[in-house]
Amino acid sequence: MSSLKYRLFKNKLLTLSVVIFSALTAVPLVLIIGKVFLKGWRQINWDFFTKTTPTTLDALLAINNNQPIPGGIANGIVGTLMMVLVASVIAIPLGVMCGIYLSENRKTKFSTVVRFLTDLLQGTPSIILGIIAYLWVVIPLKGYSALAGSVALAIMMLPLIVRSTEETMNLLPASLKEAGLALGSPYRSVVLKVLLPSAFGGVFTGILLAVSRVIGETAPLMLTALGATTIQWDITKPASAVSLLIWEFYNDPNLQSMIWSASLFLLLLVLSLNILAKQLAKKWRI
Amino acid sequence: MENLNKTPILSLKKLCVSYTPGKFAVNNVSADIYEGLITSVMGPSGCGKSTLIRAINRMHELYPDIRISGNIELKGRDLLHINPSEVRRMAGMVFQRPNPFPTMSIYDNVLAGYKLIGIKQSRHEKDELVESSLKSVGLWDEVKDGLSKRGSFLSGGQQQRLCIARALALKPDILLMDEPTSALDPIATNLIEELLVKLKKEVTIVIVTHNMTQAARISDYSMFMYLGELVEYDRTEIMFTNPSDKRTEEYLTGKFG
Amino acid sequence: MSDKIFRSLLLVSALILLLIFAGMFFSLSKGAVPAFREFGFFGFIFSDKWISGTGQSTEQYGALAFIAGTLMTSVLALLICLPFSLPVAFFVGEYFRGKKVAGVLGGIVDLLAGIPSIVYGLWGFYALRPLIQSLGLSEQGFGVLTSSLVLAIMIIPYAASLSAEFIRMVPQELKEGAYSLGATRAEVIRNIIFPTSFSGIFSAYVLALGRAIGETMAVTMLIGNTSRIPRGLMDTGNTMASIIANQFGEADGLKLSSLIAIGLLLFLITAIVNFLGRLMIKRHSV
Repeated sequence: MSSLKYRLFKNKLLTLSVVIFSALTAVPLVLIIGKVFLKGWRQINWDFFTKTTPTTLDALLAINNNQPIPGGIANGIVGTLMMVLVASVIAIPLGVMCGIYLSENRKTKFSTVVRFLTDLLQGTPSIILGIIAYLWVVIPLKGYSALAGSVALAIMMLPLIVRSTEETMNLLPASLKEAGLALGSPYRSVVLKVLLPSAFGGVFTGILLAVSRVIGETAPLMLTALGATTIQWDITKPASAVSLLIWEFYNDPNLQSMIWSASLFLLLLVLSLNILAKQLAKKWRI
Repeated sequence: MENLNKTPILSLKKLCVSYTPGKFAVNNVSADIYEGLITSVMGPSGCGKSTLIRAINRMHELYPDIRISGNIELKGRDLLHINPSEVRRMAGMVFQRPNPFPTMSIYDNVLAGYKLIGIKQSRHEKDELVESSLKSVGLWDEVKDGLSKRGSFLSGGQQQRLCIARALALKPDILLMDEPTSALDPIATNLIEELLVKLKKEVTIVIVTHNMTQAARISDYSMFMYLGELVEYDRTEIMFTNPSDKRTEEYLTGKFG
Repeated sequence: MSDKIFRSLLLVSALILLLIFAGMFFSLSKGAVPAFREFGFFGFIFSDKWISGTGQSTEQYGALAFIAGTLMTSVLALLICLPFSLPVAFFVGEYFRGKKVAGVLGGIVDLLAGIPSIVYGLWGFYALRPLIQSLGLSEQGFGVLTSSLVLAIMIIPYAASLSAEFIRMVPQELKEGAYSLGATRAEVIRNIIFPTSFSGIFSAYVLALGRAIGETMAVTMLIGNTSRIPRGLMDTGNTMASIIANQFGEADGLKLSSLIAIGLLLFLITAIVNFLGRLMIKRHSV
């Protein structure tokens, strides 16, 4: 028979283990952010944001002369910005409308299927979306392009935007919609001028989260945008991205030191978007 | 009026419970609960009756920021200063909404008090205990052919009787009941009330109820609480026919609820 | 714009989502046909050969090596993350539920989910790999174990946050019932909380597995890039995602079709795993 003392001991032991192992999960975060920060902050200067990436030859010369590597990641920043923008233009209207549809037609079989497929889409590996964008955009356009990259990113953003829009709208009280309709407003006005503004907080955070998710993506862009050495704004041409540049630096022995500054930039960008989204969610959902 | 054999089994001395400093949910309550009897605790919502009995089996310790002072003694043992696990085996509890464990069979539910603690029993011991506990709540015949079924398939009244059996299986000295029939239909309520009258000889019962007619029907002693204070405590017959305190009288005549 | 048009627009957006998913399946299948025709459907899946047609040897492609690599890394990652994500789930969902410290830990763990895959890969390459080398476990430091370790860290947030939700959902009255019988917290967790939330927790790990299966960049950088079935934990290999990432850019013809076929398989596997996970969640709520 288990004595009380033994049971209390086991209880304390479990509590202790839970606390210790939980605390340990914070360790990798500290290690990763620490390493990226320590190795990357020195390379960040004004040039970093305004100059394009150096060629491997330029870098080699600089290393041999003991000089800092010239150039920056401007082409990557522009490329990322452009592709995320185009992806948002595609995904936000489509995602929000789909989310509204699902919220307004909750119980139909069709909605159930679409909801289910949206969830499956969310779980689809990003590299697959790269293949899809390759098949749907790169091949017909006969070449790599920022547009193809944007399409891949847009498909990635869709499920998050659909779900957060739907869930936020579901939380709105039915009386809101009824009040609008009772005033004689047409359906579209009630949705666009009453429901959507009330749902704005949740929808916006969903968009922020979707953006933060795709900004750091590399795999799908490898198959679609390919990369570029100059700053260019033509979406039908290949484009660079910060994440792609990190991959290029990783593969180029002369550009190693730029890995960390670019990573630091990307990390800060993604994490701040994440934190911003969470804070806004907290602020608005009360 | 019959002469009740009264031996105190549980004594409360100057018991105070507060959620926020300065505001007392239970304010300076002192009383002796008598063995082998049913004592009801009545009062309007928020009077502290639930808080009172939950303090006895230290359920309040599950929630932070609750302060308690005073003395609770059960059969001479200081309940506030021994391990809560021990206290709860001496004072069993039945809750307002039946809560059989859904992942366990009826059989295992009855024995849950032993299973959770890790006490090993022989098959024979277990069978006997299950049968006697279920028989004492009048549930044996109804479920004996389906003991391995989940407890959640029973009706509300049956589930509550199962919970009583589960509490009784630990052979507690006192059974604390927090409005045990308020979620049940009248027939189930009636069954359980009859059951409690039968059970009191084996285990002292303290029952919180918001239904004063229930208190009148089944309890031997009644407590009336108001705003955390124990206003009156007397034999049920006396309290209902000739209450000493004006507040008691007003409550019993429905002037406030 | 009339209401009818508005409503149709909403419907169309939902249809588009459906079409995207269906289109993905269709395009992947179409692109995979040449490979399946050449090697046979099951022939392809069960062949562990991956030989590009250079010189004398004819092209021979098969998915088995990568299916094996994917399974090994994902399952191992799941096992490694378990002793960390489960305590976090109980920390946040039970022990310190509602308290500030749970919010802090939850926030830290969520940040782990925000770190881009390529940054994990870099950290694995520059920090973890030398550690594995110095421990004498592997000469180069690449392999199944290294990738699984990083993968495990990446899936901790997914497993932990979803499990925590199910733990939180265990009704208070069940816990009180158990405490009233004299159980300690450990006993309540073991006998009541865990069994009640088990199917939900299990589904959380199924979904985390789905996440691990599709992970690309970090694994690509750490698994060693050899196209054969890994012979052990320290051996190198490739996963379905990493072989695509590595070779898609320069592939054409039969090789391209084979990579798309692997993409199709990956798509189907993640879809099935996600489907099962969500099905279990639905069953749990009943």
